[in-house]
Amino acid sequence: MERQQVLYLWLAEGALDTNTIAWAFHDGSSGDGPPLAEGEPPYATGIAALEDGWFLIQSPAPHLFQPGAEHGTSYLPNEFVFERRVLV
Amino acid sequence: MGNSMPAEDHRLTTREMARFVADGFLRFDALVPDDINARVVDELRALAAIKLRQAAGGGVAENAEDVEHGRSLVPLSECYPEPSTIGEMLRLPQVHGIIASLVGTDPVFDHDFVHLLPAGSTFAQHLHVDAVIDSRDPSFDVQLFYFPNEVRLGEGGTRFVPGTHLRHTRAEGVARYQNILGEQQYSGPAGTLVIFHHALWHAGRPNPGTTDRWMYKIRLNPRVPQVRLWNTEDLDAIHNDASDHTFAHMREDSVAQILRTMQPWQQGHEARYEQMERARLWRYVSGDAAFDVDYYHTRLEGRARANEGGS
Repeated sequence: MERQQVLYLWLAEGALDTNTIAWAFHDGSSGDGPPLAEGEPPYATGIAALEDGWFLIQSPAPHLFQPGAEHGTSYLPNEFVFERRVLV
Repeated sequence: MGNSMPAEDHRLTTREMARFVADGFLRFDALVPDDINARVVDELRALAAIKLRQAAGGGVAENAEDVEHGRSLVPLSECYPEPSTIGEMLRLPQVHGIIASLVGTDPVFDHDFVHLLPAGSTFAQHLHVDAVIDSRDPSFDVQLFYFPNEVRLGEGGTRFVPGTHLRHTRAEGVARYQNILGEQQYSGPAGTLVIFHHALWHAGRPNPGTTDRWMYKIRLNPRVPQVRLWNTEDLDAIHNDASDHTFAHMREDSVAQILRTMQPWQQGHEARYEQMERARLWRYVSGDAAFDVDYYHTRLEGRARANEGGS
């Protein structure tokens, strides 16, 4: 059976070659697929995740600004989502 | 590591206040004496029984009126009267000095809670912010996290992310972040007090250890403007003006330098927006509407004045 593993990387900037600052891993194979790379973070950049076999399925849209709130901060802005399909 | 004791009169110093503005928390190790730490757990156990029943939808416990517990909207000075050990802790000069520095000498009791993680507990929370999304008003509540017993590393200490308090998010909107660079999990000696800005991202963690983990949390609302409430003896020496600018002339001994110090997750250009938010909060607490860090606000405000015909 094919199962999906999903990796979220939040990067420092909007480019894939910038540093990972946060991450999350969701494993649809219930541990039967390959584990996430060791290390904190598991990949130093988004490019490093691509090089390890992850496929990019979402990259962040550029920031849109509300008048008067141009400089406000909220959620981590640079959310990249990757997947890896594994046979279990 | 924790801070040293607050200033001689037990209020915070300007440097400590600036660190609170930058990081959203302060920590004081073993601030509460062992005598109180040893006695308070019995009170926490009784309080926990009421709180957990109410929070779980079980209604008001039959003995609720027999157990001293705070009432929202009531000044702190009227909560937990003698001989309450919780009250004794809150009235310690070194604890009251911290409270007074941040939310005034007699803030309003918002609520409190007893967070018990029994030995072996696997309960884990998502990262969250307490309460609801805030307005852009820079005023803030504080939450005191009091750990009466030693908490060993990895044994149920609260997880939190320094520097997240100025990011406006919904309470559970940050649950998606499983790991963030620079996050901490509390561990420390008995009697440690950690003071959070109310919007700091945090989460409960499992307790695989062999000792129950007790933590008492209390949220306090200011009743006065939170302006220069700390010990300001050192303020003039380190409070910079708006010309303190990394790309021009800068000081290394100023409030601005403390506010420039970023957390590991605050990288790249995003850090400039963090500086702007920190500067906004320092403007509020210092009462200096012209304060700035690296000229970001000042540049914009100067252009606006120029277009209004001012200087």
